[in-house]
Amino acid sequence: MHFDDILNCVGIIAKYLLPTLKVFFFTLLFSIPLGMVVALIKKCPFKPVAWIINLYILIMRGTPLMLQIITIYYAIPMLQKAGHLMSVDIRSDSYQFTALIVAFALNYAAYFAEIFRGGIEAIPKGQHEASAALGFTKLQTFFRIILPQVVKRIVPAGANEVITLVKDTSLASVIAYIEIFRKSRELMVTYSNLIPLFIAGVFYFAMNAILTVVFSAIEKKLDYYK
Amino acid sequence: MAILEVKNLSKSFDDLEVLKDISFNVEKGEVVAVIGPSGSGKSTMLRCINQLEKLGGGNVTVCGHNLVTGYSNGKPIYASSAELREIRLKIGLVFQNFNLFPHFNVLRNITEAPRCVLKQPKEEAEKTAMELLRKMGLESKAKAYPCELSGGQQQRVSIARALALNPEVLFFDEPTSALDPELTGEILKVIKELAKDKMTMVIVTHEMAFAKEVADHVIFMDGGVIVEEGTPEEVFVNTKNERTKQFLRRYDSINKEN
Ligand SMILES: Nc1ncnc2c1ncn2[C@@H]1O[C@H](COP(=O)(O)OP(=O)(O)O)[C@@H](O)[C@H]1O
Ligand SMILES: [Mg+2]
Repeated sequence: MHFDDILNCVGIIAKYLLPTLKVFFFTLLFSIPLGMVVALIKKCPFKPVAWIINLYILIMRGTPLMLQIITIYYAIPMLQKAGHLMSVDIRSDSYQFTALIVAFALNYAAYFAEIFRGGIEAIPKGQHEASAALGFTKLQTFFRIILPQVVKRIVPAGANEVITLVKDTSLASVIAYIEIFRKSRELMVTYSNLIPLFIAGVFYFAMNAILTVVFSAIEKKLDYYK
Repeated sequence: MAILEVKNLSKSFDDLEVLKDISFNVEKGEVVAVIGPSGSGKSTMLRCINQLEKLGGGNVTVCGHNLVTGYSNGKPIYASSAELREIRLKIGLVFQNFNLFPHFNVLRNITEAPRCVLKQPKEEAEKTAMELLRKMGLESKAKAYPCELSGGQQQRVSIARALALNPEVLFFDEPTSALDPELTGEILKVIKELAKDKMTMVIVTHEMAFAKEVADHVIFMDGGVIVEEGTPEEVFVNTKNERTKQFLRRYDSINKEN
């Protein structure tokens, strides 16, 4: 490959950074609150609810994300056909993106839920009791006393998930969603050369380098108390 | 009218009967010391009164408000949540291990409840908090975080935090037990000052000399019952009760060893 070709590839791959980032941000946007809700529902004293949540977490963590993406992508049109409902256009960009985000968000919410649960359970009982004795409502206790302490505890584990997500966005290519990984493979075939793939690798590496710096800054900022 | 009336209070954890038919009253301005071996149910009693545990039987009345309105099939029917909240705010609780909020500085630890629960304006809450800190000798620590304080200082902050809600009665559950011996003195001093100000208090403690000095009334608990109660003189000096004598002898021998 000539230097010009390499520059050309960098330019092309960079253009597909946006679809990669879209999957990344929308997954975080939905999976973090969903994970929190799942973690709270799991504490529900009505046992069948907790069982359903456990099964959901088991499936999400026990099967490949790639399998989940394909399943959700094809399952909805199939279900609609079976039920003689109005069918969606599986080729439309909006359907494809929605299916992707549903799959990613459901998967990542399961991981975030387990992180939140661990964080919530690590807060000493005394914090709840002191809050109750001072007259805080359950909601005030959760948002003012418990959650801020949970956040501090789960930043390292959360950072791990976020960094994994950057790399997992490449799985979106399995349903022909074009982002940097898919594009770099196309270029790899065009040029019969591995360099486009390495360029994609450098992009992932750079994104995670930035995230690593951001997360250590957050950890430092939360380090004002023990 | 008594500030606190405990009537026939009982409590079990599964099959373990922890409190059996506990009754006593606390009058305004009175300081009650609760003593007894560990496992005798002292903490459970405080926790029932403070609504941290459900009652098993009997009732608790704070300033005329009943915690329980009746029983159905052996299960307590509690007063309305508004009434429970009102009762809760009349009682302050100081824990053995402080339970300060680690993510808030000292000032915010004290002002958070007055602001969120009583909806006090910030300035008013902070003014009260600073006055309390002055009383506790901790003015200079207002901006410090709990992790930067000694155990004794943390416990004084937690007393200030409880006092900020202006409770009718303050409960202490072994307030010095988590402290190094050289730090217990500063807490006992603060409690003595509160007693001088006629603060109504119920103090669970293993500090017998302190209980004898500061209490108006002493309750000796063992095995979930009140074995004996009376003035410090009656319980500590002139007791006729064998179990009380035995308990006090054990403390005397521990103190002599030290
Ligand atoms: N949440 C609980 N579940 C089961 N048993 C408990 C619980 N809390 C206390 N107990 C038991 O109740 C008894 C009294 O405990 P506690 O009130 O803490 O005594 P004290 O404060 O006098 O040392 C002990 O035998 C203790 O093991
Ligand atoms: Mg105890």
